[in-house]
Amino acid sequence: MTGLWAAPHMPAVPDETASRAALRALLLAMADDDLVVGHRHSEWTGLAPDIESDVALSSIAQDEIGHARLLYEQVAGLDGTSADRLAYGRAPHEFCNAVLLERENGDWSFTIVRAWLYDHADAVRLSALAASPLGSLAAVASTLQREEKYHVLFSETWLERLARATDESRRRMQAALETAWSEALAVLGPTPDVDVLTRAGLLITGPAEQQARWAADVARRLTAFGLCPPAGVPAAGGGRAAAHSPALAALLDEMTSVWRTDPEATW
Amino acid sequence: MVVDPGTLWKALADVEDPELPISITDMGLVHRVAITEGHVRVEMLPTFTGCPALEVITARVRRRLAEIPGVDVVDVAFVFEPAWTITRMSETGRARLRAHGLSVPRTGGIEPVTCPVCGSANTTLDNPFGPTLCRTVYYCRDCRNPIERFKPPAAVLGARSADRTG
Repeated sequence: MTGLWAAPHMPAVPDETASRAALRALLLAMADDDLVVGHRHSEWTGLAPDIESDVALSSIAQDEIGHARLLYEQVAGLDGTSADRLAYGRAPHEFCNAVLLERENGDWSFTIVRAWLYDHADAVRLSALAASPLGSLAAVASTLQREEKYHVLFSETWLERLARATDESRRRMQAALETAWSEALAVLGPTPDVDVLTRAGLLITGPAEQQARWAADVARRLTAFGLCPPAGVPAAGGGRAAAHSPALAALLDEMTSVWRTDPEATW
Repeated sequence: MVVDPGTLWKALADVEDPELPISITDMGLVHRVAITEGHVRVEMLPTFTGCPALEVITARVRRRLAEIPGVDVVDVAFVFEPAWTITRMSETGRARLRAHGLSVPRTGGIEPVTCPVCGSANTTLDNPFGPTLCRTVYYCRDCRNPIERFKPPAAVLGARSADRTG
């Protein structure tokens, strides 16, 4: 597959090699997050509880995988690889997605809770990047922001509906929240050498501040929906440090099976 | 042989979107076209970045422009700025989409959704997601038809792209 997107333009910055490496790590983590969660959403195609949700999750999957491609192309522009090789040609331990996103779909409550927690985290992250003085990065982020808005609309509608519906639905949403919470905290954890970008002024809002914004925002919303944001839970399962669960290997094995039959083929 | 930009734009108007009956120029997907000694560079703006039609569109653009005498190399790339907005769609394009049965917003802001079948504004959102990323599904309470409405990417308050419509 040839590139669809214009290559990134890195301006001359102090400590350019280090900035490029840190930017590459950040974009790769975001791309891996989108690819992996996009694949998980796609597993609901044909199986979702109603036709509207089936269409919605399939569309969101298509969006996330499209975002992953765009981000992989930006990474490829920095390191000379290709989007396909990055997506399909790496071993599980080379992936930098947050562990939360590779977990199996489980039931509808976990799917919705995970989608909602991730959509809000992604929104905070993209809004930080959209404010970057690095024009190419800001433009990519604001493009993705405009599409992600529909994802939040979907997951938040379901979250609220199930949080308010019956005792059972609220209990199951709360249980899913407690399962997902510690790994959700890690979604906005630092990527390798991200402080190089904050020091260079290329990223104005760093990971710690992004995480605090996200936690305050989701806690406020959860409380309004009658759910309890889990308290005093430390972040777990970064995945950014290659600490993946066996679920990722199984996911990649299935996702890459066609590509691996002939990695040099043109599709 | 010198190729003038008008010839290139005219050729681009022949390229149809693979998912909807509209040319890519009426859709407002072409941002910039430049030619230097037979080397054409086309910069395009996506509606949705995950749209599977993007690949087909770039292939069609390459093929169409390569037919022009004097064009040797065609580069096509999608760029992120300015953001594509619904105001880039031409009147001709809107009319063709309406004739195809699609409801088309004017501004991308809050406005009544009118039924393309009976013209009623007594409509309700059924699903923000539809058969393609750029379509959403409404229902007309008067003529009781499901309606597809063209869905532009959402405007994000405070985003860099928000003030760059048109």
